[in-house]
Amino acid sequence: MHPALQGLLTIVIGVGGCVGYFYSANLFLDKVLFKAEGPNAGRNINRANMIRPWLFLLPAIIALGLYLAYPVVATLRLSFLERLPGNEFGFVGFDNYSKMFAEPKFIEAMKNNVLWLIIVPAAATGFGLLAAQLTDRLSWGNIAKSIVFMPMAISFVGAAVIFKLVYEARPEDVAQIGILNHLYLVFGGAEPQQWLQIPFWNNLFLMVVLIWIQTGFAMVILSAALRGIPEETVEAAIIDGANPFQIFFKIKIPQIMSTIVVVWTTITIATLKVFDIVFAMTNGQWETQVLANYMYDKLFRANDWGMGSASAMIIMLMVTPILVWNVYNARKEMR
Amino acid sequence: MDAIAGRKPIVVWALNISVVLLVLLWLFPTLGLFVSSFRTGDQITASGWWSSLFASEQTLQIRAADPDDNRVDLGNGRYMVEGNIFGEEAFGGEMTAWGTSSRNLGANAPGDTADLGDGETFTLNADGTYVWEGDDDQISGRAQRVFVDATTPPDFTLQNYNFVLFDENNSEGMAKAFFNTLTVVIPATIIPILIAAFAAYALAWMDFPGRAILIAIVVGLLVVPLQLALIPLLSLHNAIGIGKGYLGVWLAHTGFGLPLAIYLLRNYMVGLPRDIIENAKVDGATDFQIFTKIILPLSFPALASFAIFQFLWTWNDLLVALVFLIDASGQTTVMTKQIVELLGTRGGDWEILATSAFVSIAVPLAVFFAMQKYLVRGLLAGSVK
Repeated sequence: MHPALQGLLTIVIGVGGCVGYFYSANLFLDKVLFKAEGPNAGRNINRANMIRPWLFLLPAIIALGLYLAYPVVATLRLSFLERLPGNEFGFVGFDNYSKMFAEPKFIEAMKNNVLWLIIVPAAATGFGLLAAQLTDRLSWGNIAKSIVFMPMAISFVGAAVIFKLVYEARPEDVAQIGILNHLYLVFGGAEPQQWLQIPFWNNLFLMVVLIWIQTGFAMVILSAALRGIPEETVEAAIIDGANPFQIFFKIKIPQIMSTIVVVWTTITIATLKVFDIVFAMTNGQWETQVLANYMYDKLFRANDWGMGSASAMIIMLMVTPILVWNVYNARKEMR
Repeated sequence: MDAIAGRKPIVVWALNISVVLLVLLWLFPTLGLFVSSFRTGDQITASGWWSSLFASEQTLQIRAADPDDNRVDLGNGRYMVEGNIFGEEAFGGEMTAWGTSSRNLGANAPGDTADLGDGETFTLNADGTYVWEGDDDQISGRAQRVFVDATTPPDFTLQNYNFVLFDENNSEGMAKAFFNTLTVVIPATIIPILIAAFAAYALAWMDFPGRAILIAIVVGLLVVPLQLALIPLLSLHNAIGIGKGYLGVWLAHTGFGLPLAIYLLRNYMVGLPRDIIENAKVDGATDFQIFTKIILPLSFPALASFAIFQFLWTWNDLLVALVFLIDASGQTTVMTKQIVELLGTRGGDWEILATSAFVSIAVPLAVFFAMQKYLVRGLLAGSVK
């Protein structure tokens, strides 16, 4: 069957199935199980209304449980096991973890990930704040924002191709087609550089891609926050003789601090999971390995489920503080 | 604010210039890819894409027609070759100067006659017509070389797109991958919206024990990295017979997209006016009716925002497709995977890479610019406050 036709059929079956489930489950509840008539009408309505929320929630709970909650437990379990011949598993305790920590590639990935976590959220939030502030009262500010925001729509893989062209290096005696090397030579560089193959610095060149993508996100949110600042506070500062820098750093920033934290953590999570960029641009060569790509290597290239799961748990462990903090805040807000 | 920025013209200028720089910095990388996708491979390697936007000075090295075949006997042992140096096709550029060896580039103006010594002459006009005259010995063997300095106008072509999308002999084309991506994306966008909308309504407007805990769980699951799900779920899919395929990838995208969907939609639905819903209840509407007749239409902006998110995310996804969809046969490859392959096999063929990448970027970009309003709204509602 043609995949397009198959896709169409699935849409019909999937959507029809969903609608059918919700509709018929409701009908069953009201007309068969607890009829709203007869001597027990009142009690039946109450009972039906107790069950109804769970009808509405059931597909979501199944999907969430199966696709997000169960894997956390299963991966934790796998990280303590090793695969034996014949689809058997043996318990090895923390062996996978200790083997992993002894591997130089893993240490490299950890170091690089920490570097990513420090630089990318800071740079993206910083640029985003700058862009938000600069475009705020500009007549063509919305167009400028659209363009800075645009990379959000571009896939990591697409961005990888885009930046590979930027970083492209050609032999010294022919024309440079990568703009970075072109500018490097124009501004007095001696010879074209293979930017992605210079250890340590190449990490920064990969980070640029993610910063380029995430800045728009930071800008959109921070720009809304800046608009929400009460005018009076700024006007009062002007009357008191504050200069623009003081107004920005001492009046505005403190008032949008909570939004900055939200943006920062959101980008941190995105950074922690970064995979496609490294996978497509260097695949971890030249000392650019990161955790997510290391994990992919272990799982699908080395076929080592134990160490792969152990490294996945490390990513989970790094997300956990943010998870707890988010849940804590959400509960506080609901009260 | 206005007062600060507007006080001095120089500040306004500095502001405008810095924003222009910022915008250019952000636009340049994409623009490079876009422009490159309209150039031939030779053009791309010959000069940077930025120089292709303007008419460029180039030195073209051309030979006159082969004298042994084309010479005309003028009598007295004199021979002549006539023709157009640019061949049959009209030359789009403009000749500024020319020379007859690499040591005297640009020595002659158009229309000049160059003296090649011993009575041999070469005349070249601006339109490319030339006359090459000399004796039997001179007008034979290898044809005279001419170095023409010319400004050539920008020259773009659609042949890359033709090759990448429509060439049936191109085994690495994007047409199939494009359809595969579409097949992944549409169900993976619609199904989670439906499931999430019902769940969000229950979490927002129905009263039952355990509601607060469920909401907290959804918030917690928002940040669980999907990396954890790869092996357990692939084993599960294999165990229940789904294996690698579209069904698996649809289910996976549905599961991974749900927390954000529920969170976004619930936040929006909670904000809907209580009066409407209570009035409907008093009038005897059931929860199902309230949901389909009142909540869903009112929640359209939130539904649209999530739809855009999920669309962009599934269209641009590589990891989930790699793990749950693409099998050894490669029949179900998606565009992101195809591009990664091309990066490996056609690393230097920028015309193919740029065009393929742009084919995959074009649809999300169109959606982005058309629906930006909803995307921004969703972002503002979705960031955990």
